Amino acid sequence: MRAVVLVRPKAGILDPQGEAVESSLRQLGFTVAAARVGKVIDLEVAAASPSAARAEIERMCERLLANPLIESYEIELAEDA
Amino acid sequence: MKETQPRIGVVVFPGSQDDRDAAWALGALGAEPIMVWHGEKELPALDAVVLPGGFSYGDYLRCGAIARFSPAMRAVTEFAEEGGLVLGICNGFQILCEAGLLPGVLRPNTSLEFICRDVAVVVERSDTPFTARCEAGQELLIPVKHGEGCYHLPPELPEEQIALRYAPGNNPNGSEEDIAGVVNSAGNVFGLMPHPEHAVDPLLGSGDGALILASLVDSARERLYARA
Repeated sequence: MRAVVLVRPKAGILDPQGEAVESSLRQLGFTVAAARVGKVIDLEVAAASPSAARAEIERMCERLLANPLIESYEIELAEDA
Repeated sequence: MKETQPRIGVVVFPGSQDDRDAAWALGALGAEPIMVWHGEKELPALDAVVLPGGFSYGDYLRCGAIARFSPAMRAVTEFAEEGGLVLGICNGFQILCEAGLLPGVLRPNTSLEFICRDVAVVVERSDTPFTARCEAGQELLIPVKHGEGCYHLPPELPEEQIALRYAPGNNPNGSEEDIAGVVNSAGNVFGLMPHPEHAVDPLLGSGDGALILASLVDSARERLYARA
């Protein structure tokens, strides 16, 4: 089963990378109100069901993939799409 | 003389780069450094542990996020939970934060630049096993070299856990409240971004880092005497 995990800096957490991207886009003439930079993690997991896969990936996020102090995460299962 | 030498472990992760400098400095200050490979499941008999600087596991995902799950870190966590002295320098500080042994997290410098220069720091707490040779308010000159040293503190961090601050106007990385180093609530785990092991000889710019490492050696020696 394939899944995509999106890890983002939490709202209110300073994101210097996002700010650099935002100012670069402005310099290129684009109108941008805000930019934030996160990460995408593509996973392929063996699970009996989508709900089991989601529960397993949530554990992965809590233990390793995201730092809950500064990051939020979203899980998208391929079946959801 | 051997029995007065405390044994201080230096954990070597793939990507550690300051392990030898740390071992050399600890040796010069009277300790017996013991290199501990990250794959070791158990620590030898030690009076303190140092997690050195570098880029463990390539800094993949987040600095320290992968190293914290190495077998040696499980042993270091047990060591710390039993009251053992643990010092994390730079990447070692990042690992201790990821492992939950210290509060907070280190994020990319606000400038997004890798910073490598001497900075002035102020000792806020001189009553820790890592700063006992310093005086509260004392200013030290110690180099930093990092891309991700911007300390983000958890909302509930008590003031007494802030052991080291960048001197006013010297914050190199955007750290909140100018924080350069924190201790855990029990006082036996300390992490800092500056590199005391690179400042143990005035010939190389500053000897101020020796105050921190010698404090650790003193404290480890007390543990050694208690163990004997």
